[in-house]
Amino acid sequence: MAVWNPKIECAKRSDVEAIQLERLKWSVQHAYDHVPMYHDKMVKAGVKPSDIRTLRDIAKIPLTTKTELRGQYPFKLLAVPMREVVRIHASSGTTGQPITAGYTRRDLDTWAECIARIATAGGATENDIAQVSFGYTLFTGAFGLHGGLEKIGCAIIPISSGNTERQINIMRDFGSTVLIATPSYALYMAEVAERMDALRDIRLRVGLFGAEASTEEMRAELERRYGILATENYGLTEVMGPGVSGECEYKCGMHINEDCFLAEIIDPETGEVLPMGEQGELVLTTLAKEAQPAIRYRTRDITRLIEEPCACGRTQLRMEKIKGRSDDMLIIRGVNVFPSQIESVLVGQPGIGPHYEIVVTREHFTDHLQVKVELVDASLLEKYSELEKVRDRIRAQLRTVLQLDVEVTLVSPNTLKRFEGKAKRVTDLR
Amino acid sequence: MYVKQISVFIENTPGRLAHFTKLLGDNNIDLVSLSVADTTHFGILRGIVADYEKAVKLISENGYTVKLTDVLAVSVPDHPGGLAEVLETLSGHDIVVEYLYSFVRNAGDHALIIFRVDKLDEAEKVLTEAGVRLLSQDEVRGL
Repeated sequence: MAVWNPKIECAKRSDVEAIQLERLKWSVQHAYDHVPMYHDKMVKAGVKPSDIRTLRDIAKIPLTTKTELRGQYPFKLLAVPMREVVRIHASSGTTGQPITAGYTRRDLDTWAECIARIATAGGATENDIAQVSFGYTLFTGAFGLHGGLEKIGCAIIPISSGNTERQINIMRDFGSTVLIATPSYALYMAEVAERMDALRDIRLRVGLFGAEASTEEMRAELERRYGILATENYGLTEVMGPGVSGECEYKCGMHINEDCFLAEIIDPETGEVLPMGEQGELVLTTLAKEAQPAIRYRTRDITRLIEEPCACGRTQLRMEKIKGRSDDMLIIRGVNVFPSQIESVLVGQPGIGPHYEIVVTREHFTDHLQVKVELVDASLLEKYSELEKVRDRIRAQLRTVLQLDVEVTLVSPNTLKRFEGKAKRVTDLR
Repeated sequence: MYVKQISVFIENTPGRLAHFTKLLGDNNIDLVSLSVADTTHFGILRGIVADYEKAVKLISENGYTVKLTDVLAVSVPDHPGGLAEVLETLSGHDIVVEYLYSFVRNAGDHALIIFRVDKLDEAEKVLTEAGVRLLSQDEVRGL
């Protein structure tokens, strides 16, 4: 498949690193000069921009947390005057004060370039009709993907999220070939399409999924239901939005746009940089962002970097599928549980649907984990033992994966909540 | 001569069974026979309705998981030992009864009982040979 910008995406490692070093020096100086928060942090740590002589020197600069960014609400992180800002986005703010993100005209060009690369890697071309089923709001997802797909030359359907039956009608009538959505919403759309008996008239061939962590099992389910190539991409408002990285057709990690982002992996406990290939928290530094640079931002996402070459010919570092955001992690009776581990057991299980809900309660000072799944296979109603077998099988597999006893509850189809944006599957009542 | 039984998955939460039976009632579907078994977390409602095609359509459209199963509607002499005779006939032919439940109504001096067995064809044959009457779908419809 095509590579959008082979000069960068397939460049020699030494050339990539030369570009990174030059841009890192610029970005650190830019933040130091124009964003008081970064200036103060560096002064306090006794670091000057001129101390950055190699890429490794970045470890001298203090890490930045989400809480620190929140303290700068709304515009104290801007490194340019507002007249140079042409767009403002913000994170949803569901977990607290939203994080705002400003963009200059050139930032939007950079963003579109990053998306054009990952969308091309995922299979989109100028011949495609792309249905963007992300909400066109303050959220970076829709506008981010939109800019890059337009750059490629896709015919974009900016339908936004919601009104799922209409989504399916448009998908069928307009002949959409590329779908942009969260994996959970894409799955729900497939379900509605099946109910409308429209799935066989749908011409989708590519799915570019992102904005929430998902599992290989979820990907397999989406590929099976729609008959598509499903790739995943990654990004976050704090550093730009989607476009930090994305998978190619080989689906073996997300290629990082390294000329725009410098990726490190740290030990989330100590903050120490970990050697290449080790699992830890992803830390990102923007290398080309004008309006709002981010220096050593702690993403709270747990992953691993991969430097082995990819069969697609791209030489960029890849990052593994996000195992889970560290703040999504549940601690149940002292055991760390990522919702993605539960999903990997549930999706694709015979007899049940792909939707699920996780409920955590505390009874008599003990944590209790309940997983609800929908019973869809009516043939299991022949015998009680069949239903119990389904439940016991899921429970046994969850116990193997989590080392925990989990209560598995079968519920009627279409009773668990469906999501049009990012799925919220965990209800923690503790 | 089989009759069609509906099996419906019912969550064991307050009001679910009431909700389901109201759905049938509102749509004028009569349960002529019924059995509900439950565990802590879920139940299966099994029953015979006059118009099963209509019932299945309605039930699944309303978001329930529903399955049709072939069962035998057996007319059992309504006197002590009547059921034992039928069961002995079945067990004498190595036919296993998975479950059974009785009708809400009866037919004079005969009780009507629904049997679900592992070997349907054989059960039908041996019962008929033993002079036990089995009801057809149409007869059930007329009850």
